[in-house]
Amino acid sequence: MPAPANSLLDLIGNTPLVELKRLSPPGVRIFAKLESQNPTGSIKDRIALAMVDAANLEPGKELLEPTSGNTGISLALVAKLRGLKLTCVMPENATPERRTVLGLYGATIVDSPAEGGSNGAVRLAQELAAADDRYVMLFQYANEANVRAHYEGTGAEIVRDLPRVDALVAGLGTGGTLMGTGARVKEANPDAIVAAAEPVPGELVMGLRSLEDGYVPPILDVSKLDRKLLVSNAESVAAVRALLEFEGIFAGVSSGAVAHVARRIADDLPEGSTVVCVLADGGWKYLSAPFWHETDVEESMEGTLWW
Amino acid sequence: MSVVRVPPALREETGGAREVEADGATVRELLDNLSSSLPSLGERIYDGEGIRPFVNVYVDGEDVRTLGGLDAPVREHATVVLLPAMAGGSARAR
Repeated sequence: MPAPANSLLDLIGNTPLVELKRLSPPGVRIFAKLESQNPTGSIKDRIALAMVDAANLEPGKELLEPTSGNTGISLALVAKLRGLKLTCVMPENATPERRTVLGLYGATIVDSPAEGGSNGAVRLAQELAAADDRYVMLFQYANEANVRAHYEGTGAEIVRDLPRVDALVAGLGTGGTLMGTGARVKEANPDAIVAAAEPVPGELVMGLRSLEDGYVPPILDVSKLDRKLLVSNAESVAAVRALLEFEGIFAGVSSGAVAHVARRIADDLPEGSTVVCVLADGGWKYLSAPFWHETDVEESMEGTLWW
Repeated sequence: MSVVRVPPALREETGGAREVEADGATVRELLDNLSSSLPSLGERIYDGEGIRPFVNVYVDGEDVRTLGGLDAPVREHATVVLLPAMAGGSARAR
């Protein structure tokens, strides 16, 4: 048994791998890395800790981040235990659960207009940071510590725990998981396939954006991916349900997409291959979402980008 | 002939159509064909030599950037999806 931890931060990472026996095709083994086992329940604990420690804030400085998602919750935990102040900028229509949990951890919340979406939150955060030199914005989309946390953590753990990995599947958000974990897995097996699962944005989400609003995170290098697959909301939710029904894993929406792609990749691999999929969070934060009961999953999920 | 799904941001160039048709056995041929039938749409996604950076082109659900780019094969009756590049993160539209 490991020794008792000195701090919750010492319990970030070293997440378990579990074989998905009932979801694997014959002859191929799929393993899931359960990032929901991190202290706040998501993979973002890894990068929050790495980014805060790499920033090495001087006294008087405070953290500011545009986020209404898992990254905010992870930063709120790390900020609390490192004795730092955190302000999260989020669209005013972010779910009440997110606001409540961030507030309970002690973060300050600044609203950005709903119609600007997450891009609007980024813009407002940049303005606030430019106007007040107290604020340090870690900005996960461009922070190399994000990639490093996955190279040194997620990826190193996978190659330590499995003798051989033929394919790695993770969700595409900032690109941090895919770049860092992928690089480490390829070091161990240069022939390994690194595959990204990407959400199909709903019409309403896309309707607000022009191509000129397009954004490719600076830390994402698409040329380092071997596969990049679109997954519809219906496919993601079907796989979330399959994870629960066949393996007892209650996972979030992006994990459904990742499991869907893992099965598709596994079908194309020769017998004896091993696939690892990284499940970023659990299903708890999505309980108020409509798709658990709706028959028309696509319609019920149309207005939101789910990860 | 393949079906090309057009995102809201580009429908001005298709007279509002959500889907258009295009022909080609490779992504290059398909985009050249699309550019000749709908020049303003072609112009916004493709400069004749490469796909513009903030546009993603998917053939049967897979980004052509990981399939060999413009030389990627396109089967008969493929589904091609055009999307603006978007980063993840919980962005709510309503």
